[in-house]
Amino acid sequence: MLSLYASSILAASFWTDDAVHTALIVSTGAALVCGIVGVFTIIRGQSFAGHALADMSSAGGAGSFLAGINPLFGFLAIALLSAVTMELADLRQARERDLAAGIILGAGLGVTALLLYFDVTTKSTTGAAVSIMFGSMFEIPASIIPFLLGIGVLALSLLAIFHRPLYFCSVNSELAATQGIPVRRVGFIFLVILSLSVTLSAMAIGAILSTALLIAPAAAAMRLTKRLWFALGLSAFIGISASWAGIWLAYSSYDWTRGHVWPVSFFIVTILFIIYLASGLPQLIAKLHFGTDRYKTTQSFGGS
Amino acid sequence: MNHPETILSVEKISVSLQGRPILDNINFDLAKAEFCGLIGANGSGKTTLLRTILGFQPHTHGTINIDHRPNTNTLKSVGYVPQKIQLEKDLPLRARDLIGLGWDGHRLGLPWPSRKKSILVDEMLHAVNAEAFADQRVGDLSGGQQQRILIAHALIHRPKLLLLDEPLANLDIRAVAETVALLNRVRIDFGVAILISAHDMNPLLGVVDKIIYLANGRAAYGRTNEVVRTTVLSELYGYHIDVIRVHGRVLVIAGGHTDENAIPHDHHQDHVEAIP
Repeated sequence: MLSLYASSILAASFWTDDAVHTALIVSTGAALVCGIVGVFTIIRGQSFAGHALADMSSAGGAGSFLAGINPLFGFLAIALLSAVTMELADLRQARERDLAAGIILGAGLGVTALLLYFDVTTKSTTGAAVSIMFGSMFEIPASIIPFLLGIGVLALSLLAIFHRPLYFCSVNSELAATQGIPVRRVGFIFLVILSLSVTLSAMAIGAILSTALLIAPAAAAMRLTKRLWFALGLSAFIGISASWAGIWLAYSSYDWTRGHVWPVSFFIVTILFIIYLASGLPQLIAKLHFGTDRYKTTQSFGGS
Repeated sequence: MNHPETILSVEKISVSLQGRPILDNINFDLAKAEFCGLIGANGSGKTTLLRTILGFQPHTHGTINIDHRPNTNTLKSVGYVPQKIQLEKDLPLRARDLIGLGWDGHRLGLPWPSRKKSILVDEMLHAVNAEAFADQRVGDLSGGQQQRILIAHALIHRPKLLLLDEPLANLDIRAVAETVALLNRVRIDFGVAILISAHDMNPLLGVVDKIIYLANGRAAYGRTNEVVRTTVLSELYGYHIDVIRVHGRVLVIAGGHTDENAIPHDHHQDHVEAIP
């Protein structure tokens, strides 16, 4: 099931290659779900929670290798378990939540380190660490696609059902509470949605990097539009475009360094980073422009 | 007490928080389209009283009726603007979206575009004179503009009673005057009774019919001139209070002693010349 980054995976053409085909489907699903969920994650200020869930889920991924099952199931189980734990901890203050998440994610990664050590020493799977942490999209077996899509459909369905209360709570939980919305229950449902998204992202670009697909497209989209639906659409579009471009570049890198494929995740997160920087340009230009206007106004007032 | 025009009746309400008595035997009524100020210092129990009326905070004694019914389900019959609502700058939320959330933010399922809802939202935008910034991000609006949107948000179900918790705090002087004028217009246009809490009663003196003055967990209730008096407030606070009226405004000053000659009076201070 697991091979190293092998040159053999690449057939003659980008569009006819099976590994590329699977990678495109997986990354599209992950980017679509993460793009949409990411907008809510940012509004709710839970980016760090998303990162913590992903890091902890890496322990599940590492465990899956030992058990000989697809890491998807390990990611999913541990992410969901972590979400339930966070809910049970019931930490109301943002600072407390950040602290707890940071400490638990440290412990989770420690377990990951141990499990990966066992992976490497007992199974001679040296690629496991890279695979779990940074992803190996061209290695994903096609047979896992139905499970991935199922998780994606579940996440989006939950989001569709709870869209309005979730949006309301995310905008302002106090205001939502005055309208009789069970803020805490909605928060837990969102943690479940977040776990599902992070699982998909971890499969696509690795547990450690998964936050990039969750946060970066949404952050860029939110800079460019003030309307929720545009932000959701744009975020998904950015995520999917970056993933496809990343896969294409990784595929092409085979020719650059004679038979070695660079990690897809590197290209995807780099493209996302550049898009995020670029998304700040309209605001920066407007600010510079506005700044000179304001200066002139002050001058004319001063003259009276 | 059961006058047909009565929208809110609060009878003998007492509230304790963690065993500590906060409100003790509070009584007052609000008639249709009446404007009432809930005045008191920080920590005097204004928010607790508003939350008790809404049914969010249980009371130990007494009854609260809203439109002649117990206050068990106030979500649609009472509009509420909570204190200090922080709206982050980067929220993908336009002013009109926030008003819309007041209408259907609690519903499940995807929000399909609804003509009825968009007409209602437009009506509310008009009512609070916010059409000009309806499509701006709420995070980019000024405090006064946000307050107007929150008022529209609270009014969209056409409640008979509107509760506002310190809506004038943190607004500049001009926004305070505009918000008070707006509330008075909304009160007439919608026929809604308004109960507004404030630590400073002065901006409200021109519009309120009655005042509830909270101190020491007790309340003095009546017309402004009946309540804001040295005798009434001194009795409420339990020590000497001076009420001073200057150009139609009221200053409430804790004296703490009854001997007015205790402080030496500097006569030169009375003849401060205006600096040109």
